[in-house]
Amino acid sequence: MTYIAKPKLHHPALPQNEAGFTRRDYEGTISTLCAGCGHDSISAAIIHACFELNIEPHRVAKLSGIGCSSKSPTYFLGNSHGFNTVHGRMPSVLTGANLANRELIYLGVSGDGDSASIGLGQFAHVMRRGVNMLYVVMNNGVYGLTKGQFSATADRGSRSKKGAVNADAPIDLASLAILMGATFVARSFSGDKTQLVPLIKAAIAHEGAAILDVISPCVAFNNHAGSTKSYDYVREHNEAVNRLDIFTGQPPIRADYAPGTVTEVEQHDGSVLRLRKLDEAYDPSDKAGALAHIQEHHAAGEIVTGLLYFDPTPGDLHHGLNTVKAPLASLADGELCPGPAVLAKINAGLR
Amino acid sequence: MLPTDAGDPSHFRKVVDCQWACPAQTPVPEYIRLIAHGRHSDAYMVNWKSNVFPGILGRTCDRPCEPACRRGRVEDETLTGSRKEPVAICRLKRVAADNKDDITGRLPKAAFSNGRRVACVGGGPASLTVARDLAAIGYRVDIFDEGRLGGMIRTQIPRFRLPESVIDEECGYAIGVGDVVVDRTRVDSLKDLIGRGYDAIFVGTGAPRGRALNLPGAAEGASNIRLGIEWLASVSFGHTTAIGRRVIVLGGGNTAIDCCRTARRLGGDKVSVVVRSGFEEMKASPWEKEDALAEDVEILNYLAPKSFVVEGGRLAGMTFQPVKAIYDEKGRRDLVPTGEPDRLIPCDDVLVAVGQENAFPWIERDIGLEFLPSGLPKLDPATLRSTLPNVFFGGDSAFGPKNIIWAVAHGHEAAVSIDRFCEGEDVSKRPPPGVTVISQKMGIHEWSYDNDITIDPRTKVPHLGKAVAIGDIRAEVELGYDLQLALKEARRCLNCDVQTVFSAVQCIECDACTDICPMDSITFTENGDEADLRTRLSAPALNPEQDLYVSPALKTGRIMVKDEDVCLHCGLCAERCPTGAWDMQKYLVEMSHAGCRS
Repeated sequence: MTYIAKPKLHHPALPQNEAGFTRRDYEGTISTLCAGCGHDSISAAIIHACFELNIEPHRVAKLSGIGCSSKSPTYFLGNSHGFNTVHGRMPSVLTGANLANRELIYLGVSGDGDSASIGLGQFAHVMRRGVNMLYVVMNNGVYGLTKGQFSATADRGSRSKKGAVNADAPIDLASLAILMGATFVARSFSGDKTQLVPLIKAAIAHEGAAILDVISPCVAFNNHAGSTKSYDYVREHNEAVNRLDIFTGQPPIRADYAPGTVTEVEQHDGSVLRLRKLDEAYDPSDKAGALAHIQEHHAAGEIVTGLLYFDPTPGDLHHGLNTVKAPLASLADGELCPGPAVLAKINAGLR
Repeated sequence: MLPTDAGDPSHFRKVVDCQWACPAQTPVPEYIRLIAHGRHSDAYMVNWKSNVFPGILGRTCDRPCEPACRRGRVEDETLTGSRKEPVAICRLKRVAADNKDDITGRLPKAAFSNGRRVACVGGGPASLTVARDLAAIGYRVDIFDEGRLGGMIRTQIPRFRLPESVIDEECGYAIGVGDVVVDRTRVDSLKDLIGRGYDAIFVGTGAPRGRALNLPGAAEGASNIRLGIEWLASVSFGHTTAIGRRVIVLGGGNTAIDCCRTARRLGGDKVSVVVRSGFEEMKASPWEKEDALAEDVEILNYLAPKSFVVEGGRLAGMTFQPVKAIYDEKGRRDLVPTGEPDRLIPCDDVLVAVGQENAFPWIERDIGLEFLPSGLPKLDPATLRSTLPNVFFGGDSAFGPKNIIWAVAHGHEAAVSIDRFCEGEDVSKRPPPGVTVISQKMGIHEWSYDNDITIDPRTKVPHLGKAVAIGDIRAEVELGYDLQLALKEARRCLNCDVQTVFSAVQCIECDACTDICPMDSITFTENGDEADLRTRLSAPALNPEQDLYVSPALKTGRIMVKDEDVCLHCGLCAERCPTGAWDMQKYLVEMSHAGCRS
């Protein structure tokens, strides 16, 4: 780990966003992860995205489980709310927080161990409930904190640093999330911020369950030949289906593209997603097609990235439960506890 | 862009802004680190090797290094609570001089005589540098000066800025390295000197003549109108001990400031510096102006002197025409009358410090030494050689008035030229600088330099109380940093000589360096030409004076581009690099002086 604090001095031309913050205002403390960790790049991408979206830091709640990935919220958005929860239980705490206050932006940060092993059940349910959040999986395929055992997302046949071959089938969290009903599912790579930052922005703007499965090489234990989650392997086998641009606050700048290669979709919050197709046949609104595409390419050893599945009109948890719009903390005693007369009426209705 | 050749030191030399700006190429960060470690004698010797007069320059240098200091570009007023300011490089140099041990044992000594004789005309900083560089390698050097050694250092710089003991000490070190003879006779004929059989002759006679102002009334008021540098010399030698109560100083350079501050100490209680130009355009260094203002000197700008007013046979004042600056489309300035009525400023004495001129009445014009129409000798600027192959010039006598550090730089170059000439080598071929590259890595996250960047504002140098200072012309005004203040100020140095060196083959393009860099200096992008690249980096590279550091193509076909402009040299790129593609390496660059055979 680095012992000194990151110098406070910054580039003299460092810009401010519309909310009056510089990009540096979205940083956290200096990372204690290993040098070169993909997670640090994802943290940097989140910082970029929040800066560009003019988000006020106090409007964000970041929640995480246990693991290298779940340490990382300390390293970004130092002025936001944070909750480092129990291993695999981040989705429950996030769901509860969201139920209590739907006005915050929820950022769930987890890893492949936290989400695909101990927390797999929680992962499935938070997706099917449609909790309005961005769920980021920092996916490196190994348990880095315990020196590099295979995790549940490691590909069958891939090799550990010491040479062991993984015999188990991998869990693909993106496919699982599509199956479970997430309404914004994307995959990206920590080493490609031009793809990652717009995806984070679009996912934050998405008012439903959004998940980003980010392949994030573990430099210490999973960046060797034989790994399928190394910088080199991911760069060589990255099959991006589309490129996303997101426009918030202002109408998108017109650009000329060949007909049929670009789709523009307006999200519920007014942001416009412009998708440039890189794979002509790929349609991110086709759930079954998306699943098939991912499976076919995985079988060929390729990693499909980009916006994989997208429903522009998501429902969310509150919609289904018909909950009150105001944060619970802002309700007065009378609203929270309407008294015996109301209780009697409810009881009568149940008889 | 083509990749930067990391094997060629020229890219990294330019990154060390202070050293690059120093005419004598003093390794500034190196000696500041030594001061921080309390190794004052070592710091002094690093200076002494490069600039010969650390104690003198630590008080009087024109400090071209400080405006160049990176700290002045990267500080943030909201963090430091003060304006952007460079490291107090000059005053740290004085700390080394003040706190060193006896260094006489460390001075080089000529091991043998090489049998060659060189004459230096004038005993100022340029000649002393030539003498030191050549005597140390076996030359016999004769210095000719009527006065005591030091030249303008002794005659023009007031004692309240520079104590005589420091001049004596450092002139002594310069001539103590070998066979140097000081001949206190005046040289009246170069032809005669050439005839005495020297192997080479160096002329370092300065710019000894103050420029006069021939305005109406000058003749009548002559007894109260003095040329600034002559008056300063006369004060310095104790011949002049008083001046009138009201004093006008004409001119806007450092000599004018020395005149006004000296006048304050000799009885002038209403001292005005009157300048044709605006305050900002004055040639005097900003800190000199500040010191003058702090001593209640008034600086009046945009007034062009018109006449001396003499009443009853005695100087009574001066009239000035108010002017304003207008700029043509090429940005050239012209001062034109504003049309306002002339202004009369009453005074008892006037000191004229409007410039200095070179004078070579002792050089015959028929011996083959050519002069330019400006009155300066015709020289090759790189070798400082005149049209006579064995006569060299340096200091103010070479290209007109500059300052001490330029004189030292000229002295080094002239000594190299003289040595090569005497050895029968091509004088135009210059020895390359010596470069030592040392990795600063001590452990995974440990470096052998202090990379924790402080946001402390510049430390003020303690001054003597004003009343005491004005009352005693020999009392040094600046007290210098004590050790605690020196350490505080030394920590502000960014160690720009500890370079970020990039190895493309080791890079895995993980972005760790880009993400951690506090100054957004590092970008991985597609190659392009420089103008294009400068616009599409993490932060635009707007300072064309500072080079881009460009890597060869990486695995993805992209390149690494680093804008050197605002790099803090904090080493975080190297700390966060998993493969050691970045390393922090100290580039210690030392100019080659006479005697260096490449």
